[in-house]
Amino acid sequence: MKKRVIALAMASAMTLGLLSGCGGKADPTPTPGTSTPVSQGNDGAVTIKIGGIGPITGDVAQYGTATQWGAEIAVEEINALGGPIRFDFKYEDDTGSADTAVSAYNNLKDWAKDAPLVIYGTTTTTPCITVASETNADRYFQLTPSASSPEVVAGKDNVFQMCFTDPYLGTAGAEYLKDKGLGTKYAVIYNNGDAYSTGIAEAFLAKAKELNMDVVTTQTYPDDETADYTVQLTACKDAGADVVFLPIYYTPASLILNQAKQMDYAPLFIGGDGMDGILDMEGFDKSLAEGLLLMTPFSAGAEDERTVNFVSKFQEAHGILPNQFAADGYDCMYAIYEACQQIDGIADMDSAQLCDALSQVFGSGTFAVDGLTGKDMTWLSTGEISKSPLIFKVENGVYVDA
Amino acid sequence: MKKKMSKSARNGFINYGLVIAAFFVLRLLVGAGKLSNSLQSLLVPACCYMVMAVSLNLTVGILGELSLGHAGFMSLGAFSGIVTAVALQGAIPSVPLRLALAMVVGALVGALGGVIVGVPVLRLRGDYLAIVTLAFGQIIKNIITVLYVGVDGKGLHIALSNEALRLAEGGTTIIKGPMGAVGVTKLASFTAGFLLILITLMVVQNLVNSRSGRAILALRDNRIAAESVGVNVIKYKLMAFVTSAALAGAAGALFGLNYSSTVASKFDFNTSILVLVFVVLGGLGSIRGSLISAALLYVLPELLRSFDIAEYRMLIYAVVLILVMLCTNNPTLRSLIEGLKEKLGSQKAVREGKGGGANE
Repeated sequence: MKKRVIALAMASAMTLGLLSGCGGKADPTPTPGTSTPVSQGNDGAVTIKIGGIGPITGDVAQYGTATQWGAEIAVEEINALGGPIRFDFKYEDDTGSADTAVSAYNNLKDWAKDAPLVIYGTTTTTPCITVASETNADRYFQLTPSASSPEVVAGKDNVFQMCFTDPYLGTAGAEYLKDKGLGTKYAVIYNNGDAYSTGIAEAFLAKAKELNMDVVTTQTYPDDETADYTVQLTACKDAGADVVFLPIYYTPASLILNQAKQMDYAPLFIGGDGMDGILDMEGFDKSLAEGLLLMTPFSAGAEDERTVNFVSKFQEAHGILPNQFAADGYDCMYAIYEACQQIDGIADMDSAQLCDALSQVFGSGTFAVDGLTGKDMTWLSTGEISKSPLIFKVENGVYVDA
Repeated sequence: MKKKMSKSARNGFINYGLVIAAFFVLRLLVGAGKLSNSLQSLLVPACCYMVMAVSLNLTVGILGELSLGHAGFMSLGAFSGIVTAVALQGAIPSVPLRLALAMVVGALVGALGGVIVGVPVLRLRGDYLAIVTLAFGQIIKNIITVLYVGVDGKGLHIALSNEALRLAEGGTTIIKGPMGAVGVTKLASFTAGFLLILITLMVVQNLVNSRSGRAILALRDNRIAAESVGVNVIKYKLMAFVTSAALAGAAGALFGLNYSSTVASKFDFNTSILVLVFVVLGGLGSIRGSLISAALLYVLPELLRSFDIAEYRMLIYAVVLILVMLCTNNPTLRSLIEGLKEKLGSQKAVREGKGGGANE
């Protein structure tokens, strides 16, 4: 009995030690961007609170952390400019689920109190639809970096997207293949348990039908934990498809590429923006991706000054290359910053007034932003972005313009 | 015998009292603006999880069968409740009535799921229920993920793809496959959650204290002995299991109608295990334990956000679970608590001396 008590005491002591260790580590390097106190406004600058929401724990944590880190770099830069508008940035975890996202959102509301608050997020679609209807009712402006379903913005005047919508990407993919005359027989493999994948695939199929493209087979799988895609690939091979459209994330795509190679099936593979990141996957043989086409708004290998600057800052802080989620997050902050500069009398606004003003600027159709993920990006009044996807081809392990 | 009855009845009344007191205190706090937005947003889901925990306790603690797919019943209730609420939008403008109807439909569909799973499986001895409910949860998740449900002038349409739905003009799609149910008008309220908890307590406590409840407890403790005195095994097992599934369905309907979008993957294996954790930490068979542990453990990760250690909140949450598990199973601590209990209620303890603690 005594042993148990001792064990218990030691367990608690160890966990306490662990926690205090964590706290100690966290203190000297505060997360960039979160360090600006609100009260620094005596030089006439207006401080706007940006409340970010996304998954930083759970299954989809890599997307949430990317959008967080991308935005943090932008916030740091904007605050360092010393302009009339400063951002105070806080990021809350939603674990990728809708109910936690609502709690995170309410937490941000408590954090902002009466100060003007703009919601940045959420990263994934399902929580975003839920949070968007909350912000729409409560009147907070919301800009999502990566929730790509049209449902996110449907019927909400205050919600805008930085990423392509799923149907747009599907349509663009079909048009590109048709224009370039790539392939004669097409196949689609998609995840029918995922809104992103299904959304792109359905639009692709509809557009392909309209353009009289010969889609010989449509294959599905239920979730991204699937490990074996030989059934789907065999069906594509048997149908004689020479182009396979993969509107899926890069983890299953890497397996598909590998398994296709094992069965000596070498069609042209083309993916969407979820494919971005495949080259940086740990343990991935880059030669498998040779010739892969992907539609993404961002390439970390681009050589313009802003991208190089962003990529080097990101790598320095986090040790990995940024993907398009991070770049979308970065662009979100600049879009909000530039929109705020166009608003008169922003100093006296509360969240609801700021929401109306920002919605008006974004929805005006004339407001254009240059960012990492596109030049002259504008928004439709519905909230969808209009920018064109860049199509890249993988050659010798790097992206080149296709 | 009579004294024991009065003890369990008193226990039941304490549970009602606790829930009612908590409701009014929270109501007052909300009214006075003392409760933060984030806590207010947790009220309804916390109610849902409390009902989930109490209903699962009926299966796991009182019937003694392990169920690993409780979220599957919640999912059935959530989506059938949403479909009911949206489909009746025009016919019944009253929000409370529509919510109540949705919860009733959710409970019925949950019960139906319980019958489908229970009838073949509860005949077997052993851990088959755990295996089958585990599969059931996955099946429900996968079916709803590919299901499209819409409503138009002619009624409900159900299909496996968006085109196959063939809605007439003016029809709305309620469940859109992997997107789940989107654009749902929020109907749930804290009061509804409170009433659902009271109804759940009433159903579960009255069932446990009835003739049927004693048969169920007898089955748990010794199946052969119970059978030998003529207890109908399948009937009583089904009764407990289906009641539990129905209550989970009602909780699911309330949960689904608290958010404007719901996806099937929300109700996965992890959610089932979460509820099971609430039940186990609250104490198998203890209704009050389930209520308290569900409420506290659901709110805990959100409360941890407000500290500087927000990055580690999920880690701390896990550590708390482990510590609770260790502490409640520690014999020294247990005897300490028992000692305290005895000191506090020495007279009562003396009176019930021979009753034994099996009922707790």
